[in-house]
Amino acid sequence: MEFLHAMTIGPIVEIIEYPTFFMEVLIGGLLTGVMYSLVALGFVLIFKASGVFNFAQGAMVLFAALTFVGLMEHGLPMWAALIATVAVMIALAYAIERLVLGKLVNQEPIILFMATLGIAFFLDGFGQTIWGSDVKPLDVGIPSDAIDVGGVLINWFDITAAVVAGLMVAVLAIFFQKTRIGRALRAVADDHQAALSVGIPLKTIWMVVWSVAGIVGLVAGVMWGSKLGVQFTLSLIALKALPVLMIGGFTSIPGAIIGGLIVGAGEKVAEVFWGPAVGGAIEDWFAYMLAMAFLVFRPQGLFGDKIIERV
Amino acid sequence: MKLKKLILAAVGMAVGITGLTVAEPVQADEQYMPLLVYRSGPYAPGGIPYANGLVDYFKYVNAQGGVNGVKLTWEECDTGYNTARGVECYERIKIKDGKKGAVVMPLSTGITYALIERAAKDGIVIHSMGYGRTAASDGTVFPLVFTAPATYWSQATAITKYIGSEVGGMDKLKGKKISLVYHDSAYGKEPINTFIALSKKYGFKFTKHPVAHPGLEQKATWLTIGRKIRPDYVVMWGWGVMNSTAIKEAAAVKFPMDRFIGNWWAASENDTRPPGKASIGYKAASFYVPGNFTKLHADILKGLYGGDKAAALKNNWGEVLYNRGMVNGAIIIEAMKVAQKKFGNRSVNGTEIAYGFENMDMTEERFAELGMKDFMKSIKLSCADHEGTSPLIITQWDGNTWKPVSDWIMPDHAMVRPMYKEAAMKYAKEKGITPRKCM
Repeated sequence: MEFLHAMTIGPIVEIIEYPTFFMEVLIGGLLTGVMYSLVALGFVLIFKASGVFNFAQGAMVLFAALTFVGLMEHGLPMWAALIATVAVMIALAYAIERLVLGKLVNQEPIILFMATLGIAFFLDGFGQTIWGSDVKPLDVGIPSDAIDVGGVLINWFDITAAVVAGLMVAVLAIFFQKTRIGRALRAVADDHQAALSVGIPLKTIWMVVWSVAGIVGLVAGVMWGSKLGVQFTLSLIALKALPVLMIGGFTSIPGAIIGGLIVGAGEKVAEVFWGPAVGGAIEDWFAYMLAMAFLVFRPQGLFGDKIIERV
Repeated sequence: MKLKKLILAAVGMAVGITGLTVAEPVQADEQYMPLLVYRSGPYAPGGIPYANGLVDYFKYVNAQGGVNGVKLTWEECDTGYNTARGVECYERIKIKDGKKGAVVMPLSTGITYALIERAAKDGIVIHSMGYGRTAASDGTVFPLVFTAPATYWSQATAITKYIGSEVGGMDKLKGKKISLVYHDSAYGKEPINTFIALSKKYGFKFTKHPVAHPGLEQKATWLTIGRKIRPDYVVMWGWGVMNSTAIKEAAAVKFPMDRFIGNWWAASENDTRPPGKASIGYKAASFYVPGNFTKLHADILKGLYGGDKAAALKNNWGEVLYNRGMVNGAIIIEAMKVAQKKFGNRSVNGTEIAYGFENMDMTEERFAELGMKDFMKSIKLSCADHEGTSPLIITQWDGNTWKPVSDWIMPDHAMVRPMYKEAAMKYAKEKGITPRKCM
């Protein structure tokens, strides 16, 4: 009976009694969700352009952040380290296309997925071999003080992350809509064969999209690295991006943002108000439970393309 | 044909090399140490300095001529702080070249739990220094497990005593609120019952907040703690990225750092450096004084690194977890020396090193002789007591280093020992073990 109360009436009463606290949890969750979206965007880009679920995106986030902070530790100023890391991520995209994906054109998606699995483990190990496994503090000057807005504490770091994510979505939208290469990317995403038939070079497009995903990974890595320090665990944030993709759809950039907001807010509210009834620590699996519920009613996610295959 | 010749040549070479090995003079006695470490995976930043400190101490001992002439050899196996891999590692390296290890340090509470029965069957001692199964401190039920110098339960009482001293006395704890943030694992759950017992004894309100592995995201936890419960003190039983994230999130909800106390696995530079200024004032328990001030540190720097401080620092020399590995090595070697006094200056087996542990009396003077003056307090064990009665100290991060900020605090052994006994007897009953008699 007590459990039933804690799962049903209790949390609702608490939300009504403490609306400011509820708002604080909700806003905190939404801003955390933006951080998940930063990681999810990289997945979306590659899936959108090539239909490949890039398991290595988390490892790319780690690798980019390790390279960035590693170069700074070796005395490079921040801007130079940033440019050099972008160059490294482009070179990595080139290598992945040349050495792995280019050899697997026309293979089943599961083969390409397995290839990205290999890339993930390689990058995890290679990055740590070069830059070490120590925790590397990263300070790019993002303030982390909290401000009080009507009794609700909001952290400057979270606000900055939201602004960065918004800017990134805007830049990606312009890139996809207004540039020639962006239009080519969309064409490839719509139909590989048709794109090839009108002379769009598929391999170049893949390289471009992996480069962009690498740069998005760098941004996510810098944000998460500033929060947690750059360390191996960063590669695990990919696990936080998966429910975001399941909810927002694998092919939609706005979907990655909306999915992130839903997951962030959902898991925080669930953890704070419903978690105590079941012993707590529910936010990780709650996000997946939420995603599964979405899958049942909308398998392609909120904004994903509906997959129709003729048999 | 050519291939056949090549194969024959290779076989010939192999036989030749083997012959050479056999022809070598009989090697001096060696003590083999199977080392379960983790230099990879999400917890590697904590595992690496510990392993470096341990291995450096063994190298240092060898450079001094070994343990009464017995050289140390070791093999590492990377567990990744994963229990299944830890068990696999143990099985793989417990014996090497026909030599069985006498003692193993699982470096994980989960792995310790998994190895207790296996190691007992193999006659190998487990030294889970400051982690593992607390009840295993009862030597009558666990003759081959040692938890010295202190357990999680003892630590929980010492931290509570410190909080008591901060608020003006243990009687002032009544009505206060203390929250525990813990890694949602066997390790993190260890002190819960002790805190519940302490809360009943002293009348404070206790709340607990699990954080799922690896602890990347804790906003919900800290909003609950910092904005809803608003405890007087928060104690943390964390590991890895969970610790630095907790510090950052605690700062985000403006929880005062000097009322946030980690256990000794939430007490390293890895935990306090990533959050930057946010971690200034954060406190943590320890069973030794932090720093690289001892003669042993100087000797290791000179002997192993040729005085190259930069190289030593790169290998974590003097960091909190390096020191823990170093002192773990020192305690094991001391047990071996005690065993050698009885059984002779030779390599020892598990039962013999267990004798060494049980008859160990590492006084402050003895620590000073080993180059660790003013580093930690004494360790004295017995047949029944595998933990000892070492006091703890509270340290504080000042933005650059850890500094001691309390006197030595003796855990409330009178309170926890009956709890050990009860848990140990329950285990004995479950496993059909007849507790041995200790005189």
